[in-house]
Amino acid sequence: MSLNEEIVIAGFGGQGVLSMGQTLAYAAMLDGKEVSWMPSYGPEMRGGTANCNVIVSDERISSPIVSTFDTAIVLNQPSLEKFETAVKPGGLLLYEASTIVNKPTREDIDVVEIGAAKEAQKLEKKQVANMVMLGAYLCKKPIVNVGLVMDALRKALPERHHKLLPINEQALERGKALANGGG
Amino acid sequence: MSEGNGKDVRLMKGNEAFAEAAIRAGMDAYFGYPITPQSEALEYLTREIPKRQGVVVQAESEVAAINMIYGAAGAGARVMTSSSSPGVSLMQEGISYIASAELPCLLVNINRGGPGLGTIQPSQGDYFQSTRGGGHGDYRTPVLAPATVQEMVDFVFEGFRIAEEYRTPTLILADGALGQMMERVELPPEGSLPHEIPSWATTGKTPDRESNVITSLFIEPEKMEKVNEKLQEKYRSMEKEITFEAENVEDADIVVVAYGLSSRISQKAMHMAREKGIRVGSFRPKTLYPFPYEALGKLAETAKSFLVVEMNAGQMVEDVKLAVNGKRPVGFKGRMGGMIPDPDEILAAIENIDN
Amino acid sequence: MERTFIEEDWMSKPDALVYDNHPETLIDRPLHYCPGCHHGVAHKEIMHVVEELGIQSEVIGVAPVGCSVFAYHYMNVDMQEAAHGRACAVATGIKRVRPDKTVFTYQGDGDLAAIGTAETLHAVNRGENILIIFINNAIYGMTGGQMAPTTLEGMQTSTTPYGRNIKDIGYPLKMTDLVAHLPGAYYVTRQSVHTPNAVRKFKKALKKAFEYLKDERGTCFVEIVSNCPSGWKMTPVESVSYIEEKMLPEFPVGDLKTPEK
Repeated sequence: MSLNEEIVIAGFGGQGVLSMGQTLAYAAMLDGKEVSWMPSYGPEMRGGTANCNVIVSDERISSPIVSTFDTAIVLNQPSLEKFETAVKPGGLLLYEASTIVNKPTREDIDVVEIGAAKEAQKLEKKQVANMVMLGAYLCKKPIVNVGLVMDALRKALPERHHKLLPINEQALERGKALANGGG
Repeated sequence: MSEGNGKDVRLMKGNEAFAEAAIRAGMDAYFGYPITPQSEALEYLTREIPKRQGVVVQAESEVAAINMIYGAAGAGARVMTSSSSPGVSLMQEGISYIASAELPCLLVNINRGGPGLGTIQPSQGDYFQSTRGGGHGDYRTPVLAPATVQEMVDFVFEGFRIAEEYRTPTLILADGALGQMMERVELPPEGSLPHEIPSWATTGKTPDRESNVITSLFIEPEKMEKVNEKLQEKYRSMEKEITFEAENVEDADIVVVAYGLSSRISQKAMHMAREKGIRVGSFRPKTLYPFPYEALGKLAETAKSFLVVEMNAGQMVEDVKLAVNGKRPVGFKGRMGGMIPDPDEILAAIENIDN
Repeated sequence: MERTFIEEDWMSKPDALVYDNHPETLIDRPLHYCPGCHHGVAHKEIMHVVEELGIQSEVIGVAPVGCSVFAYHYMNVDMQEAAHGRACAVATGIKRVRPDKTVFTYQGDGDLAAIGTAETLHAVNRGENILIIFINNAIYGMTGGQMAPTTLEGMQTSTTPYGRNIKDIGYPLKMTDLVAHLPGAYYVTRQSVHTPNAVRKFKKALKKAFEYLKDERGTCFVEIVSNCPSGWKMTPVESVSYIEEKMLPEFPVGDLKTPEK
């Protein structure tokens, strides 16, 4: 069956939701897939909520704007409230455990809680929580392999940040393990 | 990055992609002023141009920027500016002068919601301004409407070519979403669009010629009318530049007409409708001026009705009605002020059409 | 003075006294300016300097909107006609893509000091290597004698029929003084052309300004305090006395900024 995965990634500005989406889109592009990445933009990015839509497809992408999603990755409470209902029946909802007080209630979708912030703290780099979430997502839906995600990071990060590549790779692997029921 | 076959392929934002394309198209100078949602273009160029070639100046206003464009274009340089709706309104005086003085330049409008200060969200509310001239006097600017980030790149090359071939300001009309979104783009090589300094340019009067004067002042009405006639003749000659994309129109009962971002959303709605057994086709003008009246008029012989989808209160729908010329009903579905229609509501509008 | 635009026909009907000391860089045709107007003197001296410096082939001029909108009918150099007030932006565009050329603007007080204030100050503030020639006659000549930003206190114009009231409409704007404060300005001077001696001094200052451009160290700015017999409703001779008695005390001539040695 041909792939057409529509994803929303949402959280506070500064949690790396936009870069998580870019990394995923870049990796999928390297894999020869059609991709689009559409951010929310404007003043809300300055510390407010931020989100991006990523579409990965085998076919040419018509609308980069969609209102329902195969997957929602949420990193704060307002985003959960906004996007839980937008997940298609049978879809996937991944959320970051420490930021959610009122848990999701839908039963017709696959709901997965990931302690990404805690895991990032263990790695002593709280900024990589987004990569933990991405690793968890790729465990649930292996639409691209982690090696390509690392290639994407290598290309997207400026040379001076390349020393951070190993810790990002660890974060991705931890996320995969958490989603697999391990960790 | 390279895909191993020599192609330069990147994942880029629309705003950065058209800026990079301009450098590769041999742009000599860019003059601009920051405004959301297109500021990435100026940021990109102030970062890249000092490392490569050309001139980039952050002007004190859009008014100054467009007049720097006038000066540099008059001196024979290949020049571009970009802005978003309120800034483009400020540039209209200058664009009118540039059109009258017959100077080539490329303009990019990353359309946001209005009127007024409005919103920074995507809109197509500047269709009338773009296709009807925009400033004072009888002039038009060719308008290219990209629908993908790749077209943001391709239309820069096309835009410079048209601008120089016809000596006219040429506009790329995109919207905030196309400016902000990232897609895969394949970048053409640098230097693939040759450019020579034209003989009419102000480059310093040499003894072998009269002085070159760039002006839009023709005090005598007889002379001014001649200038206007020449401009109109030029606009008519641009009809060979008309381009569009038609899909599934051969057997279509309903043809959805849309440009830019809304055409992509409409295409998705078309596929959804086809799955339900409704025979829907899509028609996307790539040039908004000159407009593909003839091609649309032909479709009126086979299609039973038309639906125009725009992110405005209904502007291009007037051109579609002119093209269809009363032969078929023309419906309209629009969202305004920065709201983007989703495929479901376009599908609902399609289903509402009673053929 | 109900004249609202200039008819080009005028120029084909010479009735002015032709003065044969004109440079090759000045096109030989009758001026459209009113009798006694200082624009003609200023044009001639600018073109004299261009000729003496031998830079005709490297000069690009920018004409304003105002009486001198047709400056390119007289100055035999490549020129561009700018929108009202935008000459400094146009000159910036030219100079940035033709850095080896000598670019100047010629602008009146309405053009430079009202509608074009932002473009003027920012061009100087960027230190654009251009020459701005500012011809200040304290009135809008082309449109029929309305108040200009530089109109003197109490001065009658068609829009200050009871005299300029500074409490209502503000003070004469001293652009040259403002410009002299900007670090991007390299050479700033104010001159006049109302007497033969003043013309000589103006020409000398102008020549220096053109030469200073070669240093590429910022903007050169030359104000010319001038007249408008028609707008001022005076004879040319009266207008010269008015410059002496009223204009120069408000706009004193001399260098405001000279290059540091």
